[in-house]
Amino acid sequence: MNHLIIAPVLMPLLTAILLLLGTGRPLRIQRGISFISICLQLGVATALLLSAAEGTISVYALGNWEAPFGIVLVLDRLSALMVFVTAVLAFFSLWYAIRGNDKPADSLHSVVHFLIMGVNGAFLTGDLFNLFVFFEVLLIASYTLLLHGGGAARIKSGLHYVLLNLVGSSLFLIAAALLYGLTGTLNMADMANKVAQTTADEAPLMNAAALLLLVVFGLKAAMVPLYFWLPRAYASASAPVAAVFCIMTKIGIYAIIRMYTLVFGDEAGVVANLAQPWLWPLALVTLGFGVAGALAARELRLQIAYLVVVSVGTMMAGVALNTEQALSATLYYLMHSTWICGALFLLADLIVRQRGATADRIITGPALRQPVKLGALFFIAAAAIIGMPPLSGFVGKVLLMQSATTDERTFWLWFMLLAAGFVTITALSRSGSTIFWRTENRVAKVDKADRGALLAVICMLALSLVLSFGGNPVVRYTDALAQQLKNPAIYTQAVLSHKAIPGVHHD
Amino acid sequence: MEVLVAVVIAVLTSCGVYLLLRGRTFPIILGLTLLTYAVNLFIFMSGRLNPGKSTIIGVGEGYTDPLPQALVLTAIVISFAMTAFVMVLALRARAELGNDHVDGRIKVEDVKS
Repeated sequence: MNHLIIAPVLMPLLTAILLLLGTGRPLRIQRGISFISICLQLGVATALLLSAAEGTISVYALGNWEAPFGIVLVLDRLSALMVFVTAVLAFFSLWYAIRGNDKPADSLHSVVHFLIMGVNGAFLTGDLFNLFVFFEVLLIASYTLLLHGGGAARIKSGLHYVLLNLVGSSLFLIAAALLYGLTGTLNMADMANKVAQTTADEAPLMNAAALLLLVVFGLKAAMVPLYFWLPRAYASASAPVAAVFCIMTKIGIYAIIRMYTLVFGDEAGVVANLAQPWLWPLALVTLGFGVAGALAARELRLQIAYLVVVSVGTMMAGVALNTEQALSATLYYLMHSTWICGALFLLADLIVRQRGATADRIITGPALRQPVKLGALFFIAAAAIIGMPPLSGFVGKVLLMQSATTDERTFWLWFMLLAAGFVTITALSRSGSTIFWRTENRVAKVDKADRGALLAVICMLALSLVLSFGGNPVVRYTDALAQQLKNPAIYTQAVLSHKAIPGVHHD
Repeated sequence: MEVLVAVVIAVLTSCGVYLLLRGRTFPIILGLTLLTYAVNLFIFMSGRLNPGKSTIIGVGEGYTDPLPQALVLTAIVISFAMTAFVMVLALRARAELGNDHVDGRIKVEDVKS
């Protein structure tokens, strides 16, 4: 049994506890521990990604209890990729944070590690109720992070976020209890087998449970009509927090992909593929609302938050198409949008600091201290998120558009994606030209941007180039990943045939 | 018995949802609490109603499913912690925003409407 699989859960947990115990120690030590830990976690995530790339599905039985009775962690290509994406994002966010951006409280680092623990756990677990528990772990950490720094704006958006997610948790429990009542299991692989044998009598209840889960995951993913919490929350959070939060919507996407390919996928009998007809129109509407919000936003960070909604709509469309090619394109786009949105939030913070009292409002303000440097970075980030060649957004969108087989959906997908790209160009050129060009004849009296923080943003944006120029192995990986997703039998077989280590008794 | 439990869950849920839709934080927290009670009962019932039976096979005639009882314990602990958190947050919001409306409206006339 490969013990490395549980490391993405244990390492952040131990780090967070260590950081909590060290409260009151010099900030330098806290930052050091946090950064060393995230570097190690990045190493572990890379090792897991490489081992999953070979195509084997590794199973880790917690407490040596066999599935379907015990809780298992499952490492397949999808969960390995998600853990890796999280580690990279957290690495850069913490890098940015330790350059003096983690004030006022020094508790930021420990809570970020608790969040990473919850996120990694949610990606790795093979048990529906355990997924709920990890959701709660990451949510309680995210509540704290969102309120980090205090202030009326954060409290207000934080209250909405917390209340909505508490209702979401209740719905999750109802859905999980329904599924347990119907199938008698909580292990996802076992549940997939039981769901496939659903009789026509049970179908309505099964439908209700499956679609309730879609509501819960849709809330996490910020899909229309459940996205209203997102823009204000992201815009009011501090920069490293907003960057880390770029993974939050992807947890919803991950859960949707996992549940509706594995449990309610092609082989689920009477309830096969029941979410996709709902996802398709909702994805396009999400896309539309996202670009409308980006166009109407009066603040830079609010605009970026709406771009997160746009990326959610794009990925949902890919999931709704539900072919191997589309899922592969979706996962490629997921990596790109997570990292680039994170970079944009960090960059926005650097820009906002140089604008004095104008802050992030998109109006004429004092000229920036470093207009060329920050302007060039903003241009590159904008080009990446819009989907201009040669950056990764372009590759992601092309892959997604190619994956649409010729039917009436192709027209809508191409139309919405291209229109969204055009509107995003308009929105970002408005904010970019106002912030960098239409300035007053004075420069705000501020310090230059911190070099380390600037380097973090540059490296993050460079990931976009890596994704597009080194795209071949990435796409080969996501192709293999999609193939694995479309053959859920491999997953169920791996989980259910996993044997406990002999000689270890539970007395 | 089944009907009674179902009615109790239904009443708790509908009261909870009604209170959730109010504009002030206190009724919303009450609504959340009622909703979590309903959810806890619902999880408990997902193992079917077997009154008077043991959770251990072989002790008496028949048995009742122990897993929902473990699940409901987890759910209770989590919902309890979350309610405590949201309560503190609501108090903080009342202090920061000057009123207990969820949208943090400033004017008294706005809050009344």
